[in-house]
Amino acid sequence: MIRTLFASASALVLATAASAQVVGFSQIGSESGWRAAETTVTNQEAEARGIQLQFSDAQQKQENQIAAVRSFIAQGVDAILLAPVVATGWDAVLEEAKEAEIPVVLLDRMVDSDPSLYLTAVGSDLVHEGEVAGQWLVDHVADQPCRVVELQGTTGSSPAIDRKTGFENAIKGHDNIEIVRSQTGNFTRAEGKTVMESFLQAENGGADICALYAHNDDMAVGAIQAIKEAGLKPGEDILVVSIDAVPDIFQAMAAGEANATVELTPNMAGPAFDALKAYWDNGTEPPKFIQTESKLYTQADDPQAEYDRRKDLGY
Amino acid sequence: MLLEARGLLKRFPGTVALDGVGFGLAAGEVHALLGENGAGKSTLIKCLTGAYRRDGGEILLDGQPVDPRSTFEAQELGIGTVYQEVNLLPNLTVAENLTLGRQPRRLGLTSRRGMRALAREMLAGYGLDIDVERDLGAYSVAVQQIVAIARAVHLSGKVLILDEPTASLDAREVAMLFEVVRRLRDRGLGIVFVSHFLDQVFAISDRITVLRNGRHIATTEAATLDRVRLINLMLGRELEQATTHGRTAHDAGAEVLRAEGLGKRGRIAPFDLSVRAGEVIGMAGLLGSGRTETAEVLFGAAAADSGTVRDAKGPLDVSTPARAIASGFGFAPEDRKTDGIIGDLSVRENIALALQAHRGWARPIPRAEQRRLAEDFIRRLDIRTPGPEKPVGQLSGGNQQKVILARWLAMNPRFLILDEPTRGIDVGAHAEVLRLIEEMVAGGMSLLVISSELEELVAVSDRVIVVRDRSHVAELTGQEITTDAIVRAIAAPGANLEAAE
Amino acid sequence: MTALLRRIAPQLLTLLAVLVLVTVFFPGFLSVGFSGDRLVGSPIDVLKRGAPVALLAIGMTLVIATRGIDLSVGAVMAICGAVAAAAVDRGWGLGAAIPLALGAGLLCGLWNGFLVAVLRIQPIVATLILMVAGRGIAQLVTAGQILTFSDEGFAFLGSGTFLGLPVPAWAWILAGIVAGLVVRRTALGLLIESVGVNLRASRLAGVDSTVLLVTVYMISGLCAAVAGLIVTGDIRGADANNAGLWLELDAILAVAIGGTSLLGGRFSILASLIGAMIIQSINTGILLAGFPPEFNLVIKAVLVLMILMLQSPRLSDAARGLATRRRRTDEGAAAPRAVKEAPR
Repeated sequence: MIRTLFASASALVLATAASAQVVGFSQIGSESGWRAAETTVTNQEAEARGIQLQFSDAQQKQENQIAAVRSFIAQGVDAILLAPVVATGWDAVLEEAKEAEIPVVLLDRMVDSDPSLYLTAVGSDLVHEGEVAGQWLVDHVADQPCRVVELQGTTGSSPAIDRKTGFENAIKGHDNIEIVRSQTGNFTRAEGKTVMESFLQAENGGADICALYAHNDDMAVGAIQAIKEAGLKPGEDILVVSIDAVPDIFQAMAAGEANATVELTPNMAGPAFDALKAYWDNGTEPPKFIQTESKLYTQADDPQAEYDRRKDLGY
Repeated sequence: MLLEARGLLKRFPGTVALDGVGFGLAAGEVHALLGENGAGKSTLIKCLTGAYRRDGGEILLDGQPVDPRSTFEAQELGIGTVYQEVNLLPNLTVAENLTLGRQPRRLGLTSRRGMRALAREMLAGYGLDIDVERDLGAYSVAVQQIVAIARAVHLSGKVLILDEPTASLDAREVAMLFEVVRRLRDRGLGIVFVSHFLDQVFAISDRITVLRNGRHIATTEAATLDRVRLINLMLGRELEQATTHGRTAHDAGAEVLRAEGLGKRGRIAPFDLSVRAGEVIGMAGLLGSGRTETAEVLFGAAAADSGTVRDAKGPLDVSTPARAIASGFGFAPEDRKTDGIIGDLSVRENIALALQAHRGWARPIPRAEQRRLAEDFIRRLDIRTPGPEKPVGQLSGGNQQKVILARWLAMNPRFLILDEPTRGIDVGAHAEVLRLIEEMVAGGMSLLVISSELEELVAVSDRVIVVRDRSHVAELTGQEITTDAIVRAIAAPGANLEAAE
Repeated sequence: MTALLRRIAPQLLTLLAVLVLVTVFFPGFLSVGFSGDRLVGSPIDVLKRGAPVALLAIGMTLVIATRGIDLSVGAVMAICGAVAAAAVDRGWGLGAAIPLALGAGLLCGLWNGFLVAVLRIQPIVATLILMVAGRGIAQLVTAGQILTFSDEGFAFLGSGTFLGLPVPAWAWILAGIVAGLVVRRTALGLLIESVGVNLRASRLAGVDSTVLLVTVYMISGLCAAVAGLIVTGDIRGADANNAGLWLELDAILAVAIGGTSLLGGRFSILASLIGAMIIQSINTGILLAGFPPEFNLVIKAVLVLMILMLQSPRLSDAARGLATRRRRTDEGAAAPRAVKEAPR
């Protein structure tokens, strides 16, 4: 408590000294570990830059977000970060912000409004994530034949569709790599395990499977257990590549049971603050979409250290 | 005749609910329809309003044969019905309730102003000063009742059937309702009034029709009928000047139970009851008079809020059926189907149920013993069933009643309450049930027998308690027990028959 | 014995039909072999993966027999899994975690039973409360994360093998036997059926319906707790958001396929368990058959619809009528009625 007080006091001192910028942040809520981590990282990034962050949790409701944005406008903040809960219905409030000359940066999700109404959007490219994962497999197996099983996300969700497309793009033209089975694991650990068991059953006890591609780490963690219980070694007998880079997958990597993961960074705020600084300093207009890096992590990247770094972010 | 039914016939599996019933309703009269439970009142009304299809006979409206196939069709023809439970929507406004289904429209849209105007117009002449824009549920049952009448009259306009409209009204509200009914009568509507409050019937009716056992018994001018005669018609007993107690009294032993000041507010006024070993206490009274309610507080089916029950050893707990049973009580309820039998379960399971419930789930009665028990009672009570595993719901009414008696005999209670033990069972089974009552008493059991069959009461009872107006009003013993005396006790005008509470 | 066989015959035939159907699409489905000292193969997977629904179906059968329903069992699984994982995470050991989880399940059942039996709230509404709130409670216990642990004993509950069979399979088979013995060797079954058929008449016959109703909801909670322990042990982590998600519906379906009426009364735990295995055979079959995942739910729905249609009394009556008529026409119009009416 005292430390926080002290920290905020010193932040305040610093801020006043640099005539600190005030940024309002309207977050969707805390429905997932990743979302919680995004909030944590945004706070960290703001503090590191001496930016005073006004945080508002919308609890999954658009009306709360609109109210929060209006109150930011009324306070006359220097910029607004908005992680929109839905894509539609933002025109009016974004126009109000524009009239008040307050730049708005969208985080993580897009809106259907005219691009002139916001400064820029920071987000990941889901297709690109799939491509990075696929490329890793292509590089790793070289010319060896490889039969891949795929654990899809929730059927019909955009991450499931795009991450599948990206992976297929990457392995296109590499005829030695073939997706032999693809089923949904609903992004959950339990279904990842169940479906992997059926894959193993259907593919000669797993002997015919060369690699697993999971649309998220949680399903991969479940599948790793299924592989182990079938008497095989995940990471060796069956390669495991997945997406998200949550802490648990780094633990598996440290144990040699997972091979690679592609980061969906919770740090959307860093690039947003950088773009805002350039805008404030000399009016530089950033591009309308800033794509975050989809960084690949493998067993060579000191997974234990990555685990330690992430485990307290709130995942 | 405005509305006339001739030779109406309606059968249900196993019974004839209406057996060639005729009924005539003139314009500008209030015609009361009376009868005990199962007499056929509601079946007649349902046939008239199209809720049931009749199996025979004809219905004439203004001299033209009609054949309503639904209550909606009956409404279109001019026959409207208002039930005891108001079947309007309490969470809509009065205006919406009144105009539902025929909202005035303007440019294709419901016009609220038009709706209000129509609603006010419909309520005009009912002496109601209420805000039609408020929710119906905000008003008393009496107002809701009148709103329902206004709607029915507006929709139908010729015949209005009121089915027990006063059951949940107090005296002032009844007066208000009757004012409305008289006005409608004076406007030329034919009104059918169903009620079991005799004072109200005499207060409002021009003519009275009595049904009994699905048959038309009598239709008379209300002014020429007296209360005693009416009750006789309803209960089916001609006034017998000299019927005396049918046989010698049982050898009643010492007092085994005593209830003091037992009662439940709104159901039965506090009463005292002393029960001696091996005696039959009869209980007489009209439907809704408090006889079943007496049984319910004695057995804990409705926990008493005053009074005590004790035996020679001390106070007994009869606050729930399970506790009453533990105190040696048993209760064969009036409505066998809903309160007595467990229809899908077998004869064996139904007989063993009370005994098993008393022993607790952890001490099961072995299957073989249950079977023996069931077979024993099937033989002793002559229960007609293919075997002990037959679902009891598939037996006839009389045999179901015997199964319930067997359930209690298996418990060997010291005090058994039989509510209408012979209703709805055939003549043969009727005699057997009476024989069983004698057997039980001979074994030292004490019985409380509630019945509308006065001769039956006279035949079996050592004492008869008469219930009226939710109070025990008379007790007849020995030579006093005659159907005549019972009818007179039931008929004695009550202080205020209208006010139930 | 023959009565029992006659009772479960439709379920057994359905199971057989489903197994044949799956085998057509995935020929190796019925093969079982040894891997070391444990049995492997799809039938074993079905026994193992069907465990949560089978366990829930045991409690659900009893609840439904009383004319109730328990929508909260999926959420109760999540709560109990979270409680056990949290206990193990704090180093209290399995000896504390299992009793705590089972206790949590009983407590949830007590709550449901209180709402239904004492406050007389309709079961579907009463248990809806915990169905919605339960996941929130589980999330509070796990602080919103997937609470992982590395306790081998706990993992054994979900993924271990005992005498060749997966532990979850043992769990539901044993639970089924115990529940079956308890309800049929005591008077519990009779009293439950009696309350389910006619609550009012049962009360008037001295049945303590309050205690009985609370008891069945507590049994349901206990079954959900065991199921929660199994799924949590299986993935070595308590996933408050997803553990047991929608399984209450599969459990109700298992009971319905098992032929117990949702209107209460006569019930058969064995038939419900076969129902659970039918559902799991379909689930596993769909995964093995290798259809695109977009078809999963449609295939399952069609199969379930077919099963319920085959069991529908009206359809079977109609089918019988059709057969009778055909036989009659076969024998000529003048032939006497060939089919004897069942004695009334």
